[in-house]
Amino acid sequence: MKHYEVEILDAKTKDKLCFLDKVEPNATIGEIKSMFHKSHPQWYPARQSIRLDPKGKSLKDEDVLQHLPVGTTATFYFRDLGAQISWVTVFLTEYAGPLLIYLMFYFRVPFIYAPKYDFTTSKHWVVHLACMCHSFHYVKRLLETLFVHRFSHGTMPLRNIFKNCTYYWGFAAWMAYYINHPLYTPPIYGEQQIRLALIVFLFCQIGNFSIHIALRNLRPPGSKTRKIPYPTKNPFTWIFLLVSCPNYTYELGSWLGFTLMTQCLPVAAFTLVGFIQMTVWAKGKHRSYLKEFRDYPTLRSPILPFIL
Amino acid sequence: MNRLTHSQKTRVCFPPLTLMQMTNPLCTGTMASGEEDRTVEEKETNNKKRTKGAIATAWLTFYNIAMTAGWLVLAVAMVRYYLQKGTHKGLYKNIARTLTFFQTFALLEKYRDFRCCFWCFKGIVRTSVIVIGVQVCSRIFMVWFITNSIRQIQNEESVILFVVVWTITEITRHSFYTFNLLNHLPYFIKWARYNMFIVMYPLGLIGELLTIHAALPYVRRSGMYSLRLPNKYNVSFDYYYFLIIVMLSYIPLFPQLYFHMLRQRRRVLHGEIVVEKDE
Repeated sequence: MKHYEVEILDAKTKDKLCFLDKVEPNATIGEIKSMFHKSHPQWYPARQSIRLDPKGKSLKDEDVLQHLPVGTTATFYFRDLGAQISWVTVFLTEYAGPLLIYLMFYFRVPFIYAPKYDFTTSKHWVVHLACMCHSFHYVKRLLETLFVHRFSHGTMPLRNIFKNCTYYWGFAAWMAYYINHPLYTPPIYGEQQIRLALIVFLFCQIGNFSIHIALRNLRPPGSKTRKIPYPTKNPFTWIFLLVSCPNYTYELGSWLGFTLMTQCLPVAAFTLVGFIQMTVWAKGKHRSYLKEFRDYPTLRSPILPFIL
Repeated sequence: MNRLTHSQKTRVCFPPLTLMQMTNPLCTGTMASGEEDRTVEEKETNNKKRTKGAIATAWLTFYNIAMTAGWLVLAVAMVRYYLQKGTHKGLYKNIARTLTFFQTFALLEKYRDFRCCFWCFKGIVRTSVIVIGVQVCSRIFMVWFITNSIRQIQNEESVILFVVVWTITEITRHSFYTFNLLNHLPYFIKWARYNMFIVMYPLGLIGELLTIHAALPYVRRSGMYSLRLPNKYNVSFDYYYFLIIVMLSYIPLFPQLYFHMLRQRRRVLHGEIVVEKDE
């Protein structure tokens, strides 16, 4: 069996960083990254980007050495992706924040509102309902992160946690401040508005959860395969006929419901910003589906049926 | 060091990138490593792009000449006023309309640059977009929401300071672009454009900050542009605290702008091509 020799150069300076000899032909990039890590302990595999070309795309961990377009002496280029943090850690942190922060405002912890309101509760029942819905939403997200989602990438750049947490925690505080304020004004159309909003919210929460389960079932445990999602027996997944990323559609619906329920401008702002971001993600996902699968259903739109 | 030539760097983006590169200092060409499919498209439509480029050049030249002239008129008006009246009091009121017009008109230019930059460097360099946004916003904000809205501070010295700074900066900048587009750039204009900012930027910063600070008591007393609870939108806004936040935001934003200009200066005047660290 012919062994390969692997040399790894820095993508920018072209310095020789590592030379590995007697590498098995069926070695994967992941294994090569572990070997590289041994000689450079500060670059753990998650922060290594190994590529064939200094400006090319990163090779995947599953790629096998002998199937790559390289000679028996393979030359790879290395780029440091920077400090990495696991997706699970980021998600847990960014979702736990809003849950706790909102509750702090709900219970009117001191130093937020005037002292005479400390530890009082709102007289409007919609405020209690809103707290339950908001908390339910984030508990659901935390549980999904732990038990439902199957992530393609293990890690993301460390600075993302600061960016993401600022966004989620900041908006949660801004919304919670007004909803739980002693001078909060309940929705104009009263009970009707709140009831409708609650129905929309719950419907979309169930829908969102159904989609997450459906996507999870597409992917066997521990794998990173990608398949086209299709509607299942669950009626909430029938939206797959019209939309590529219905999880975002339902998420938008939930937040529209919450906006209607609380009639609070900061909530509307949060919904809008979230919608913009999710549309960007949905369009990207839709485009990569189209690129990857020849037979991708043409009726589907990225996030809003027929519109966007 | 990755020595890309100037033309190589500028070719990856939709035209008029060469013009945009010249006219917008905040849109550098170092983020040239664009997506692979772009180069194929770009080769096919090169001719169409060339004609588009010619029209754009003509428009840009006209625009820059007009702006140079406008700011010169403003400068002359200010000098005349001061010579006639011997004081700066009432000067702002005199030039307010012209200043507002030209500063707002510049918004068009920055919006176009912003869009071009945004689509070209989508996601690759967010800082440039933020920096452009900051420049546009701070100027418009100062004119519309501080000096034009709060009459009492119009006679402050700090107002004159930043108006003078803006006038000098804009005249230098637009004449630089004009001569550049006409391919006839005298060295002293290039020198002025890339050196005067070293003094002008901090002076402008001081002028703007002092003006906002002077406006604070009037804002607090009048409660202008503020919304109190309770209201049916369940939101509140306090212009006074907003202004304080604006003033504080100068601390992180100004150095970024300043160092960006310093880097541009090094690149242009000393011919160094510095490869920006990829994010």
